[in-house]
Amino acid sequence: MTLRDFVNKLLGRQPASATTAKQRLQLVLAHDRSDLNPELLEQMRREILEVVSRYVEIDLEEGDVSLETEDRVTALVANLPIRRTKPLPVTDEQPAAESKSEEADPVWSAS
Amino acid sequence: MPVTTSGSRSILICSGKGGVGKTTLTANLGIALARQGVRTAVLDADFGLRNLDLLLGLENRIVYTAQEVLSGSCRLDQALVKHKQEPNLALLPAGNPRMLEWLKPEDMQTIVGMLRESFDVVLIDCPAGIEDGFKNAAGAAEEAIVITTPEVSAVRDADRVIGLLNTRGIKPIQLVLNRVRPKMMANQEMLAVDDVTDILALPLLGLVLEDEQVIVSTNRGEPLTLNGSSSPAAQAYNNIARRVCGEDVPLIDPAKVRRGLRAKIGRLMHTKIF
Repeated sequence: MTLRDFVNKLLGRQPASATTAKQRLQLVLAHDRSDLNPELLEQMRREILEVVSRYVEIDLEEGDVSLETEDRVTALVANLPIRRTKPLPVTDEQPAAESKSEEADPVWSAS
Repeated sequence: MPVTTSGSRSILICSGKGGVGKTTLTANLGIALARQGVRTAVLDADFGLRNLDLLLGLENRIVYTAQEVLSGSCRLDQALVKHKQEPNLALLPAGNPRMLEWLKPEDMQTIVGMLRESFDVVLIDCPAGIEDGFKNAAGAAEEAIVITTPEVSAVRDADRVIGLLNTRGIKPIQLVLNRVRPKMMANQEMLAVDDVTDILALPLLGLVLEDEQVIVSTNRGEPLTLNGSSSPAAQAYNNIARRVCGEDVPLIDPAKVRRGLRAKIGRLMHTKIF
């Protein structure tokens, strides 16, 4: 953020158009470079959330899977705030794990 | 990279988007290199919409084109149009648009290969787009200069082209940022130079300021670098030519082009605070 952006924010004005241009470009290029269309990305997001929510309880509203790009390298970034860890699925070998995770209620994000 | 006697260089000048200054750069860089004593050939690879001859003022002197060279109906030196004022520069004109129906990447490689035998540098003026015309031209180049303007559409298209050049193993790929308006940049109403280089992740070969003299020079068919013009764009093109030859010429800082208190405040407002 530049000083001008900060002043604009204080005054409730729109950010400078160059800032908007840069943000829009970064987003569109992440998609261009990965050749993933938004539909596919959305499908992938749903599936990732589904898998993760099998293990931990996540905030589905806040959960965000997006493409970011830096230095021509595109990364898939998942930001999934965890409400609480779920009891591990009951298996024969680890019956003790159940009670342990019950009390935990951390809110932390993995990215 | 210095021009060595052992190897001649083939440099593609491309942008993806049309109208950002490929042909103007090719013409001015060609003349500037020639004036430095580099034997330079400029090849118009835009067979559909050729214009390099016009910008160089050579449109009335074309007899044969790349088409006749390829079909064997003339020799290369018969098709080459030598610039009268700058004999180190020669143009190989684009052929008929109908050539596009049968032209293959190998044909372009043949032409460029022939040119490299008698020139130090071959500049290939690439057509806009990323279709066959681009592929033909890119197939004949070892290095590339990508030119763009600080606008979202031009930067996006440049990014596509850079991706394709990377896949082809073309390197180095360097960037020329054209039509820079220092005042708009200072007001943050135009993408900053760093923004563009960060996004495209290419080394900057040159910055060309927006300059009305470019239009005047194209009207006349006399590239700015031909007559020692001191206009900002002419200086930029000359500096690019020196950098192409391996000279270390500092880049201009658009913020320093403007002086006075307003410019100072503009620079302060541009400071990254977090």
